[in-house]
Amino acid sequence: MNNNLYNYVLGIADNCLILGQRLGELCGHGPSLETDIACTNIALDLLGQVRSYYQYAGQIEGQGKSEDDIAMLRPEREYVNTLLVEQPNTDFAYIMARQFLFDVYHYMFLDSLKLSKDETLTAIANKSIKEVSYHLRFSSDWVKRLGDGTQESQNRMQQAINDLWTYTDELFHQTDADQVMIKNGIGVDTTALKDDYYNRVSVVLKEATLEVPESKYFQKGGKHGIHTEHLGYLLADMQYMQRTYPNLTW
Amino acid sequence: MNNLIEHADIDGELIPILDQVADPEIPVLTILDMGVIRYAKLVNDKVLIKITPTYSGCPAMDVISDDITMAFEKIGYEVKVELILSPAWTTDWISERGRDALQSYGIAAPLDENADKEALLGNKRIVKCTLCGSSNTKLVSQFGSTACKALFKCEDCLEPFDYFKCLK
Repeated sequence: MNNNLYNYVLGIADNCLILGQRLGELCGHGPSLETDIACTNIALDLLGQVRSYYQYAGQIEGQGKSEDDIAMLRPEREYVNTLLVEQPNTDFAYIMARQFLFDVYHYMFLDSLKLSKDETLTAIANKSIKEVSYHLRFSSDWVKRLGDGTQESQNRMQQAINDLWTYTDELFHQTDADQVMIKNGIGVDTTALKDDYYNRVSVVLKEATLEVPESKYFQKGGKHGIHTEHLGYLLADMQYMQRTYPNLTW
Repeated sequence: MNNLIEHADIDGELIPILDQVADPEIPVLTILDMGVIRYAKLVNDKVLIKITPTYSGCPAMDVISDDITMAFEKIGYEVKVELILSPAWTTDWISERGRDALQSYGIAAPLDENADKEALLGNKRIVKCTLCGSSNTKLVSQFGSTACKALFKCEDCLEPFDYFKCLK
């Protein structure tokens, strides 16, 4: 099998799975009915996308693994999502800041993935980007509403942006598999997106009357399987049923 | 039915059968009206159908696939249903008949791309109420009861209603 392609697909897919799971945790717990439904709708889009990626990964691996096997049966160190998406749901400002910082990246990434030489990836990218444009609109809107809202909502949104800023640089970190895929014309050269990313984020933050953090201290590790402590709890919850009753089906 | 043929490759003789299969989430629409059938051919009594999802996470796709299989098996055809992702589905593929059916079911049909953006950003009041026809409507939420819809409310007759979002 093509190990680099397999790892590359997982790298994209795991972000969608973990963020989808985080948003799914809000089902029945959102701050209002409309935001609850919006977050779970976004979760559904992300889980739909991840299904396509994992089905493809299963084909590449060629050992008959289903999308569920890949989603549910790996230990923490084998997940290669970025640290940003696994951060917990604290307050709603935090949830929307996390979503916004990811959506800007996700949109730009898919826009470039549309040009990949890999036909399956371009098909998924063309499909997903339509959905992600709605996610980005929703999260940008909330960053502005809370940022340019009351003193309390502004403080919370600023705090969330400041706290999560440290995870943004990792979105552009490239693993060995990423670099091989870029060379083959399959992967997205994320370094070329970085300046534009920070510009786009800054435009929204300024409109939201928020300050753009200046910190240059960045965390990474997720793309190599080294995670913050939050991922373990998320997986324990997500994998519980398959771990307790192996091969259970509905 | 004519606009169906433009965007998909469907054998005319299969249309009446496919037209009996309703969308599980919006039962007033058939799957042909929705434009999710991309390909349908009959070769030696075997039917090959290709369908595409409206949204990646659309939970209706498995049911649609089962319903198509049943519709054909019932009349003695062997059938295979494949899911394809490319080209990606767009609301432009919803038929005129489908748009009318949506409206009378209480779901406002998708506007064109630019108008859709204005409506969903809350900049312009252009989505018409499905009950009284007024344009004095307000966006309640960009995401509604399913991923493909947004929630609106009419400020004249107070009717809450879904709007089918433009997907291009």
